[in-house]
Amino acid sequence: MTTTAVPVSSTRAALPAARGRAGFGGALRSELTKIRSVRSTYWSLLALVVITIGIGALFALGRVQNFTQVPVGFQAAERARDIAQAAETSLFGLIVGQLVIAVLGALTITSEYSTGMIRTSLSVMPRRGVSLAAKAVVFGAIALVVGLVTSFASYFVGQAVLSTHHLNSTLGHPGVLRAVIGGGLFLAVCGLLSFGLGAVLRHTAGAITASIGLLFVLFILSGFLPENWAVHIDKWVPFNAGGAIWENQSGTAMFSPWVGFAVFCAYAAIALGAGFVLFRKRDA
Amino acid sequence: MIEARGLTKRYGDTLAVDDLSFAVEPGKITGFLGPNGAGKTTTMRLILGLDHPTSGAVTVNGKAFAGLAYPMREVGALLDAKAVHGGRSAHNHLLCLAETNNLPRRRVDEVLALVGLTEVARKRSKGFSLGMGQRLGIAGALLGDPGILMFDEPVNGLDPEGILWIRNLMKALAAEGRTIFVSSHLMSEMENTADHLLVIGRGRLIADCTVPEFIAANSRQSVRVRTPQPAALSRVVAAAGGTVHEDGDGLMVVHGLGVSQVGDLAFDNSVRLHELAPAQASLEQAFMELTASSVQFHAGVPTERELQPANAGEVA
Repeated sequence: MTTTAVPVSSTRAALPAARGRAGFGGALRSELTKIRSVRSTYWSLLALVVITIGIGALFALGRVQNFTQVPVGFQAAERARDIAQAAETSLFGLIVGQLVIAVLGALTITSEYSTGMIRTSLSVMPRRGVSLAAKAVVFGAIALVVGLVTSFASYFVGQAVLSTHHLNSTLGHPGVLRAVIGGGLFLAVCGLLSFGLGAVLRHTAGAITASIGLLFVLFILSGFLPENWAVHIDKWVPFNAGGAIWENQSGTAMFSPWVGFAVFCAYAAIALGAGFVLFRKRDA
Repeated sequence: MIEARGLTKRYGDTLAVDDLSFAVEPGKITGFLGPNGAGKTTTMRLILGLDHPTSGAVTVNGKAFAGLAYPMREVGALLDAKAVHGGRSAHNHLLCLAETNNLPRRRVDEVLALVGLTEVARKRSKGFSLGMGQRLGIAGALLGDPGILMFDEPVNGLDPEGILWIRNLMKALAAEGRTIFVSSHLMSEMENTADHLLVIGRGRLIADCTVPEFIAANSRQSVRVRTPQPAALSRVVAAAGGTVHEDGDGLMVVHGLGVSQVGDLAFDNSVRLHELAPAQASLEQAFMELTASSVQFHAGVPTERELQPANAGEVA
């Protein structure tokens, strides 16, 4: 590019008179601009939708294959069981989807640190609570909308696969609508939990590792617990608590759907709360 | 107006900023000088509230920075031109900054034109050269048309054309009545642009004065003399209380006496002079003398930088 050695004669601008003060509204618009102006947002959201729907569809296909192996005399009982579990079968991709949204949640805040943008952001909007709240609201809203779309799409694709052998449910079946909406809520809260961890750790790899540990590894490890421990601990594992809303968790050892989800929300609230306290207190 | 009172910042065992009190006066270019690691950037971070002071306080127009109604309308800062998300276009980067302070969207295009980045407005900033990145940072600082502008080492790493551009820009901004607070370790840069100087070393304020005052107060007066009778001149100068430094080839530098005193002494004592001139002390020399004791990272062997004027390799 060509450079002009002498700057323009006047740099003075005619700005409208300032009224009030920079606040939440402007911060929201800014955060929306930020999140929609980088490619990683679109890639991760696309990955979320494709992976979650794809795994759900494959899992449904597995169910159908399995059903065709069942001897005719047992098919009625098998069909009843498959229909009861049809929602959770089609939503199975959420197990991986939660990790994708966790990556985006962490990146939303940690990319500000890895690029150094945080210093620029805070030097134009130094009211940190407002700044971080706006970021959390914008990310949370996007995660919720995309999460709901993903969950409903997974359900309908999965049912289409299951319907080839009449193993599908409809949204009118008991608990199905709750599970499908719950899938979207679950994704949004996973993202926010990871966002909170990102604000605490300020490091992309660290935050993603912590999220995956909390959401995924704890769940796997809980499988190794001795039975008499498991009945007390299992339901508190984040994935089990959060999954209660969309999974058909049999057994009295688990939380009911909404209680489990509330526990999961509480975990996210703790991470977000810690993130807010540290974000306001620490040097940027 | 930026005012610091007893500003102190400690990182662990390191005292980065040590009891700084100063005022950056409105409508002037104030140069903030110090060797690398002296605490210049930390002070600027404290002004912007990026770091919290260990003790003391700093205000901008009488308020803490975070308390300003529209921070961008009062202070525009460029601390680190690389502090942007490289995946975002120049236009979107500026837009997300402008939106926080409810600035009109058209302002983004205005500042892009002002710094000459209109053509690359839609390009992602990760492909920008150092100079273009610097312009983007300056565009961001100008968005709110602020009365105070703060630049941390703005010419670092720029080519001569870029340095000239920044220098002219700062002068133009100051001519419009804005307050400019600019840090540098390049003395010559300050000599060319600054009205007032704040000099720090190891986090402490060691001078707060105008450029001529700084040179006058911190460099020993010296006179350059060329004579075919060096021994005779040395004798009379020493007798009059001056000191002589022989540079060989008949050239001598006299400290402690003025030009007229040296001339009169030579005439009175019949010493022939071939040359008599005041030696100009530069800001560079004054600064080196003043901060010699406060350089934080002294090399065991003097580096080239210490032997030469600090910016020998730079184009001033």
